Amino acid sequence: MSYATAVETPSPPNQPTAPAVSTRRRSLNERKKARIGLLFVAPFALVFVAFLILPLVYAFYLSLYSKGLATGVVFAGVKNYATAFTDPSFLRGVWFVLRFAVVLIPVQMLVSLAVALVLDALTTRLARVARLMIFLPYAIPAVIGALMWGFLYSPTFGPMQQLAKIFGANAPFLLSPDLVFVGLMNVVTWQWAGYYMIIIYAALQGIDSSIYEAARMDGANSWQVAFRIKVPMVSSALLLILVFALIGTLQFFSEPQILRPLSNGTIGPDFTPNIYAFSQAFSYANFNYASAISFALGIVVFIAVYVFLFLTRKRGSIFT
Amino acid sequence: MKRRKRFAGVIALATGLLLSACATSANNSGGGASGAPTEEEKTPPKLTNCTNKMKNDAPQVSVWAWYPNMPNVVDNFNENHTDVQICWNNVGAGTDEYTKVQTAISAGKGLADVVMLEADRLSSFSIQNALVDLTPYGADEVKGNFRAGAWKDVTQGDKVFAIPVDGGPMGMIYRTDVFKKYQITPPATWDQYAAAAQKLKDAGGPHFGDLGSNVPALFMALQQQKGAVPFDYDPARPKDLTIKLNDQASKDVLNYWADLAKRGLVGTQDQFTTDYISGVVGGKYATYVSAAWTPGYLTGAGVGKGSSKGVWAAAPLPQWDTANPVSVNWGGSAFAVSTQAPSKRLAAIVAKGIYADPASLEEGWKKQIIFPLSKTVQDSPDFINNKSEFFNGQTANKDVYVPAGNAYKGTVYAPIQVYYYAQLQAQLAKIINGKTTGDQAADDLQAQIVKYAKSQGFNVTA
Repeated sequence: MSYATAVETPSPPNQPTAPAVSTRRRSLNERKKARIGLLFVAPFALVFVAFLILPLVYAFYLSLYSKGLATGVVFAGVKNYATAFTDPSFLRGVWFVLRFAVVLIPVQMLVSLAVALVLDALTTRLARVARLMIFLPYAIPAVIGALMWGFLYSPTFGPMQQLAKIFGANAPFLLSPDLVFVGLMNVVTWQWAGYYMIIIYAALQGIDSSIYEAARMDGANSWQVAFRIKVPMVSSALLLILVFALIGTLQFFSEPQILRPLSNGTIGPDFTPNIYAFSQAFSYANFNYASAISFALGIVVFIAVYVFLFLTRKRGSIFT
Repeated sequence: MKRRKRFAGVIALATGLLLSACATSANNSGGGASGAPTEEEKTPPKLTNCTNKMKNDAPQVSVWAWYPNMPNVVDNFNENHTDVQICWNNVGAGTDEYTKVQTAISAGKGLADVVMLEADRLSSFSIQNALVDLTPYGADEVKGNFRAGAWKDVTQGDKVFAIPVDGGPMGMIYRTDVFKKYQITPPATWDQYAAAAQKLKDAGGPHFGDLGSNVPALFMALQQQKGAVPFDYDPARPKDLTIKLNDQASKDVLNYWADLAKRGLVGTQDQFTTDYISGVVGGKYATYVSAAWTPGYLTGAGVGKGSSKGVWAAAPLPQWDTANPVSVNWGGSAFAVSTQAPSKRLAAIVAKGIYADPASLEEGWKKQIIFPLSKTVQDSPDFINNKSEFFNGQTANKDVYVPAGNAYKGTVYAPIQVYYYAQLQAQLAKIINGKTTGDQAADDLQAQIVKYAKSQGFNVTA
């Protein structure tokens, strides 16, 4: 084993070897390595192409055609896209997810950052249990989580209503038109804050503790260590989860779709762009228009992420 | 570098193949659509993946259906037939199934040979050439088994797209305990309904009924009762569609319910939800404007047990004009044959024969799973004089549902029915939340549906 490794290892430059042999061996090695590397990548590439690239290409192809119930399939070019970007249902959905992202993401990040900083500062067994507990909602499938919240929100037998009843009042229905924003935000924050917390926590663990020592020697207190050292040092992790959250929120689908039957009509078939695409495809049989909506949403996501990365380009180290 | 290029080449090639495959399938479906039904009889393949066991080696026909007693229905059919056997699966009830049906239609394969559908979906699927006209396959043989209204629901022009099984003539279920306590008699007109609702509220009683946003089909029926004719469509002229959603009758009905909701006389809870059922059990609603299948549904959901046992009665649907009573229908289902079926002839035998034998029908109505549209059952003394357990021994069939079913004239549904329901639901939700009026909702709806129908290529008459 060790012998083989020794042979495979490229000779250090200072060792006197015949140059011709060295080049030949190196190129042979590299070609072999490349072949092995490709072999390792192949399973992923195959799945990636079959289940992501090809469906994308197909969806794009579909989006260029239009099919009316009474007309049949005709080539539409970019007409579907023009329709989408003037369709009030689509625009309302986009506007909703954009507003949702603007409010949700800071809340989510603050919660996860605060929890991660606290857990990083504590080293008791309690901290380990708390870490698991906070992470747990992420381990619960989104569908089950949303269903569960649906029951908690129930105006008939939900715990909030039970509590309010004691005082002879009615609890607010968190899926009513005025409150659905808050109701959904609560579900999503609950679901994802733990996951983001783990990412930040892992980044915090990676910081060399000698830096803290140096700071303390310079007279920094715990707050200063947290905000002047820890937060700046995990900023790339923060940026990462920001981008994750942004993309995820713009593609908002599962939670509102699950809560739809419980919302008394608040969550309609065009509540978010993805729900609208789903309704168009599977309820109204407009697969072509649905593909166009999906791509149009993709364009919106791309622009949003690009604008965001542009604004934060100085700090972002992993994306630039 | 070279390798990468080669790899990219593979992707490009695969993409090209895929694109050409798409193009081919598009051509095929186009050809199939225009092609006349010159079909030669193909032997259906042996099917696997059936929920039931076959009774003999006859050719098999696949069926999608969701009746709770389907296992027995399928066994009854298979035992009585040596020419064909059913391979049945339940792929979901209502919308869940329709989503799969629509996907299979769009994909051009994967649809069962015979599918259970509600009458209001037939034209949405038939316009996509997904359903077989059963007239050449002996639909007329069974026409006599059904009343005219029920038959009209599955007929478009001179084409028959399904064989009916189950109907939903409408009536009003009410709680005898609430009515007795507050001294209310069943309202015969909608004016009396509103007056009784006010009386109940003034006396501190519960809601009189419920305006749920998720029952657009129910509201369409209530609008029809006042004389609205939302759609006119004939597949003989497949591109012509008449849409009338904002006539006075439609507006009146929406205004009527908007007013009841605004005054707090009826609840605004979506139906078929846990919250609604718990309200029904708990006496939160004094009446339920509903259809003949509702007692069976409620029983299955746990209503009529414990504290809500023996408190239910049925009354005819309130009328706008008692001199000219109108009966309407909500829901009910039928069996259609898919154009993807390898043998339309065998599939049609199944569509005509399934849930049509005496044993299945008897189990269906006795357990209140269906309200049978078969005239043989409806005319039988057993059925007419049946004392319903849910209704505390009341002869609900004789009193309410059979007369309502007999008087039902049938409905013409639009090929864009699903989209229409979704928009009507959105408008009902707005009404519930006080964001629009009945008049405005009807006008908005008319504009939306006309716009959509035009975008789908219809010549719209408004």
